[in-house]
Amino acid sequence: MQSYAEALVDALYDSLAADARVSLIGSYVLGLGPQRHLMDRVRKDFRDRIDDPPTSEAGAAATGIGAAMAGIRPFVDLGTGSFSYLAWSQLTNEAPVSYYMSGGKIPVPVTFHLLHGVRGGGAAQHSHSPQSMLCNVPGLEIAAPSTAADVYGLVRTAFMSSNPTVIVSHAKLLPIATPAADPKRPIPFGHADIKRRGRDITIVANSLMVHLSLAAAETLAREGIEAEVVDVRTLAPLDETTILESVGRTGRLVVVDECPLRCGFASEVSASVVEQGFDLLKAPIRRVTRAQVPVPYSPPLEAALTPDAEKIAAAARKVME
Amino acid sequence: MTQSLPDDLSWRLMETMLTIRRFEEAVLRLSKAGEFRGHYHLYIGQEATGAAVMAVLEPRDRITTTHRNHGHILARGADPGRAMAEILGRASGLNGGRGGTLHLSDPKLGFISTSGIVGGCISLGVGAGYACKRKADGSIAVAFFGDGALEEGVSFEALNIASLWKLPVLFLCENNSSGSWAPGEGYPTLVHASSDLRSIAQSLGIKTVRVDGADLAAVRAAASDAAAQCRRGEGPIFMEAVTTRWPGSNPLWPEAVTGVTDMRMATGELAIEGEHRDWLEHHDPVLRFARQLAGTGVAAKTRLHALDAVMSARIENAVQFAREAPLPGAESAFEHVFA
Repeated sequence: MQSYAEALVDALYDSLAADARVSLIGSYVLGLGPQRHLMDRVRKDFRDRIDDPPTSEAGAAATGIGAAMAGIRPFVDLGTGSFSYLAWSQLTNEAPVSYYMSGGKIPVPVTFHLLHGVRGGGAAQHSHSPQSMLCNVPGLEIAAPSTAADVYGLVRTAFMSSNPTVIVSHAKLLPIATPAADPKRPIPFGHADIKRRGRDITIVANSLMVHLSLAAAETLAREGIEAEVVDVRTLAPLDETTILESVGRTGRLVVVDECPLRCGFASEVSASVVEQGFDLLKAPIRRVTRAQVPVPYSPPLEAALTPDAEKIAAAARKVME
Repeated sequence: MTQSLPDDLSWRLMETMLTIRRFEEAVLRLSKAGEFRGHYHLYIGQEATGAAVMAVLEPRDRITTTHRNHGHILARGADPGRAMAEILGRASGLNGGRGGTLHLSDPKLGFISTSGIVGGCISLGVGAGYACKRKADGSIAVAFFGDGALEEGVSFEALNIASLWKLPVLFLCENNSSGSWAPGEGYPTLVHASSDLRSIAQSLGIKTVRVDGADLAAVRAAASDAAAQCRRGEGPIFMEAVTTRWPGSNPLWPEAVTGVTDMRMATGELAIEGEHRDWLEHHDPVLRFARQLAGTGVAAKTRLHALDAVMSARIENAVQFAREAPLPGAESAFEHVFA
């Protein structure tokens, strides 16, 4: 077993060791919490390839992008995901358009990392999950791993990709232990993973929501409902095939995502399934997401607006009616 | 120099500083006891700056502040009970539990924004200055920010706009990186190629002034001059108050390294020893000003202890109020999304 944080650090270490073109702009990938010391061995062994920037998200992102355009493979840690908005022009209008607008001449092999999500007491400005907005940007690859093995393999792939890639890690995932990658190898983007088999209903999730969905599935199992939990692992590219095959078996779908409801990732998955698999559905799809409300500080308010296992189970029961 | 302040003002400012210090000590205690969650930033070590600057402002002036806002909002006169209730996420908190420690705000006290985004306060403060100029009512804007805010790009844009348009903005940079002490691994401190933050504003044609942020009278004098310049329509001014950020803050410094402040260290009734002697003897702004006041005689010492007792009791009452205040009902979570 290995924590998500340990596996992320392993992936950074191995990526630095594997490719001399890799460098880190920002090394506080685990935030300022208790896991932060796990990065010490990376800082020690690759000191000459790590630069911690000032509090300058736009500048750090642009430095990484420009360096990628010029032939190296930088990793840029944007810290708390909410701060990625300060680098929005770089993330959405520089990195992802370069390859296309140069007629396929200027690729941007940069990897961004951010800690997303409702972390508990972060209030409105420190609880964002920007990945749904980023899904609206053509040219970006976006991974939202949920386990130690997945974050290891997806980060390794991100460093090998010729495209700008965003890795989002939910702040609450860091301490969660799951089986370590074995063997340790890259996981290709666009391949969903069925984390639990079930015949009655499909639950599509990503990031921390996978764990909540698995907990909901256990509750549902005690009630005689067998849920299949599909972890998409990458939001872009999206493995629609695995989702549709699962819905083909169950006929029912709940999509869980921590981004706010409107135009969010859950809406995108739902629309794709309706478009391509309408005949497979025995009941309307339900989405379980954050409410369309800024995240409040007070615990009962935060809990009321954020997905949890009980809300997922309740949505599944509705779909099963 | 305390002599330059009228006696009643001195005691009023002492009261403000003690209110902040006792409040922040209580926040630290409540955090340790698990009575609230989330990260927070204390104003311990910077009390003199907040107290002195707020004392020269007028009620109509507009203020922006940051995640390190507790001292500012208290110095401006917020009720400690409602401030503490907000930190505990209560319905009767200043912001109904929506904002919490990072975002204490009250427009009735002139706070237009308490943003946790580094640099946000500078740029929004320029917006406040723009409104002050349009209203032409003699009001000014004050943007409180730390040195780290000058690492953000938007700060340069905002300073430039304020200078170009001669907006009445007092940029109040509380440089709390200089000389700050941290146990073990350091908290991220100033990462700036400029060794003199004033030069950034100067390059944009903005007048600057630097003061010792722990010297209450010096801060007050400089802030008073700066505010007057803004009010005369002479454009923005950049004031650097060199302060010290003293632990703690969550998650990096959850300990009060010098414990609860003992005011007998200001009156000579308690010997100062140990690792932090220099801080306690020369730099802690609360002890420093208290020492000046106490030095005026036995009556002053007695008055100081009495004042501290009253302020400590006031904060304990605030804690009690906050603890007993109800949490907001889940059904209210959808309120306030739109005006």
